[in-house]
Amino acid sequence: MSLREKGAITGVGETAYSRESGRSVLSLQLEASLKAIEDAGLKPSDIDGVIPYSGVVAEDFITNLGLPDLRFSAVTPLGGASCVAAVQCAVAAIAAGICNHVLIPVGRNGASGGRIGMRVQQMPQFRLVGEFEMPLGAIAPAQLYAPMARRHMELYGTTSRQLGEIAVSTRANAMLNGNAVMTKPMTIEDHQASRMISDPFRLFDCSLESDGSCAIVVSAAERARDLRKPPVVVMGVAEGHPDSPSVITQRPDMTRLGIAKAAPRAFEMAGVKHDDIDVAEIYDCFTYIVMCQLEDLGFCKKGEGGPFVESGAIRLGGKLPVNTHGGLLSQAHMVGMNHIAELVRQLRGEAGKAQVRDAEIGLVTGYGDMGDGSVAIMRRG
Amino acid sequence: MSATGTYNKLVPEPTPHSAPYWEGLNRRKLLLQKCRGCGEIRHYPRPMCPSCHSMEVEWVEASGRGVIHSWTITHHAFHPGVREDLPYTLATVDLEEGVRMLAQLRGVPDDKLRIGLPVRVEFETVKDGLTLPYLVPGEPA
Ligand SMILES: [Zn+2]
Repeated sequence: MSLREKGAITGVGETAYSRESGRSVLSLQLEASLKAIEDAGLKPSDIDGVIPYSGVVAEDFITNLGLPDLRFSAVTPLGGASCVAAVQCAVAAIAAGICNHVLIPVGRNGASGGRIGMRVQQMPQFRLVGEFEMPLGAIAPAQLYAPMARRHMELYGTTSRQLGEIAVSTRANAMLNGNAVMTKPMTIEDHQASRMISDPFRLFDCSLESDGSCAIVVSAAERARDLRKPPVVVMGVAEGHPDSPSVITQRPDMTRLGIAKAAPRAFEMAGVKHDDIDVAEIYDCFTYIVMCQLEDLGFCKKGEGGPFVESGAIRLGGKLPVNTHGGLLSQAHMVGMNHIAELVRQLRGEAGKAQVRDAEIGLVTGYGDMGDGSVAIMRRG
Repeated sequence: MSATGTYNKLVPEPTPHSAPYWEGLNRRKLLLQKCRGCGEIRHYPRPMCPSCHSMEVEWVEASGRGVIHSWTITHHAFHPGVREDLPYTLATVDLEEGVRMLAQLRGVPDDKLRIGLPVRVEFETVKDGLTLPYLVPGEPA
């Protein structure tokens, strides 16, 4: 059995994104969840599956939304790859006949509730790094990921300006989005002048830390057709784990992420080719991670990500518009659920000024922890 | 290293699998796990050999010689304990034994950093019972 076209995204909901919500993570997630359920044209009592992210549990949704008969709950702990992996999990549960409408919320006080860089130490999936690298001063994701980017630069001649093109293009898209934290334009010179965090990552190569919540509803494909909005059908979805998944230092090929294993599975399941993809929302915790995924997904060859982005390919109007909402770099860090929400808007034709004309098929990715990957290919239903 | 005041950096919490590694550093030796089943060397310390699934290990001393695989130069203090060290270079190194390590690299100007640069391991006792490795320029093999 394949998961192809067994599920569809039927609802998306987002709170306002900010640096200080002044509210609990649970209340943020409940607001986004209600919006997603309403967007789908469902009632909270229709929800029979929940995949919570972190800090909250399925019971919180049963209690607050008043869910009478939750039949399925699970967690997909892949860091930033969790959201798209949760779509795979939801579609699998639906295809197995366990449930019909799965709510997937994420939410965080990522800016006001404690810095993300400091929280990493406590995460169990970072245990080896915590014992063997953090005491030596390699503490935050920026430092742990930077050697991947540096090696790519040394092997392939990739430049900081090419990474900067990703930041600049993403910021330009955020300027078109009414719910983006960053609202000032950015030039390549601004990027080059931003302070060095951990070479080669400058401040503007790094994503935001944000407060807010984003939620989606994944429904059984046959039930999705009669709901309020046109369904966005999941054609193919997969997760992939890199070699040496807990420690980048020991990875045989430091320039290859888990998504390199997932991408062929997702494309084969979807039955589409790269040229069929009209728009891509690519997880962007750091600029380099976007470039590396574009290569690992097969949109360009390994090592050609720099020239690919420099050509303008990822800009709105380019060959493959990327992160049309402003991404984690400039809209908000919502663990990539905002990427799924944006792809749904694009495929419904609801993306406003950032709308890619005639977008019919799109792709969304997640990247998490030390290189876990997830990817979904979706179409307008 | 801070001779005065308390040590305020992150410290490791050794496990039964890794205790010999940390004890080795205290004796200024870089010890690696070697599988008793198939002879494969692995790093970082962990319970099982992924090739033959043996959980029996012996500890072998690494030469301490290697070459740079990649690096980052950190300019931001992600923890209060590293503020005085900024900027510092963290190098990923291919050891002669076929595994990698990561440590601070000292004594190499930023513009001399390159893949393949020979380095070797040194040791410093940073507090009672805790010795950490660091890297310095090494001789070409
Ligand atoms: Zn073995």
